Amino acid sequence: MNPNNYLILAAILFTIGAFGVVIRRNAIIVFMSVEMMLNAANLAFASAAHTTGSLDGQVIAFFVMVVAAAEVVVGLAIIVTIFRTRRSASIDEANLLKY
Amino acid sequence: MSGESVVFWITGIFAVVGALGMIVSRKAVHSALWVAFAMVNLAILYFTLEAPFLATTQIVVYTGAVMMLFLFVLMIVGVDSSDSLLETLKGQRLLAILFGLAFGALLISAITSTISVRNNGLEVANGDYGGNIQGLAHLIFGRYLLAFEVTSALLITAALGAMVLAHRERWTPRKTHIEMSKERTFSNQVTPLPNPGVLARHNAVDTPALLPDGSPSQASLPVQFRETAQDSDNSKEVTS
Repeated sequence: MNPNNYLILAAILFTIGAFGVVIRRNAIIVFMSVEMMLNAANLAFASAAHTTGSLDGQVIAFFVMVVAAAEVVVGLAIIVTIFRTRRSASIDEANLLKY
Repeated sequence: MSGESVVFWITGIFAVVGALGMIVSRKAVHSALWVAFAMVNLAILYFTLEAPFLATTQIVVYTGAVMMLFLFVLMIVGVDSSDSLLETLKGQRLLAILFGLAFGALLISAITSTISVRNNGLEVANGDYGGNIQGLAHLIFGRYLLAFEVTSALLITAALGAMVLAHRERWTPRKTHIEMSKERTFSNQVTPLPNPGVLARHNAVDTPALLPDGSPSQASLPVQFRETAQDSDNSKEVTS
């Protein structure tokens, strides 16, 4: 099968994730969209490993997963902290640094 | 069609459906379940890409740990917190759609027009050290050892950061038993509150107990279920 198909699928998933980050207001859903973008990048890495015939791409995808796990932990802790002080998970509410 | 392309078309379409479901569902819990669905499909794709270790890690770490952490936080933040569809920035939705379409078209046209590689497959690389996991281990603990060590530092820092962020400072001293009993004695309600009418007519904790004169007692309910005039007005606003 044409290996470009995997890259195109990754591009579609990445685009959907970026679109979700732009359009949704709920901080948790924005975060899930970021996860979707990371997953798309992982798919691209895995397919690159498959096409080049070396395992380096898979190792990089593995590292991406680790970084994503760390990012999720800190990000969700920040969301919970913001929710505690502002009673809202909407990204429109966190505007103290706006002006 | 080969088996690989059959799997690709089925799981690829499912993954896109899951990602789209994440975008369009209003409730955050539904979004989380759609994301988990998309991630399981991506894991199946990793199997077809000869990455069994990555596929297993995807299921265990992403759908198992990360998405459950998301659901856990959703339960803290409130399951009912659905997005308001009010546009706070004028024209943002239209611009976002345009941006998404343009970005996707750019990526896909770039991929289809420039990249043309032969599919080498991973049989050789996987077979070098007797398997996929052995090959990955050779790379991680060989060429990428420094990155691996830095990753461990990152994980420890993240765990510490989460603990610091989630820690809540206690502003008031903890009440002692004596203070609590004094408060109780000087309040209007010294005895325990009446039980809710569980098993009288309904097997539910939100059913108020009936007083001797037949009127329901709001004091018998947990605070969340009590109904006052102000509360019912507020709840209408929240649900609308």
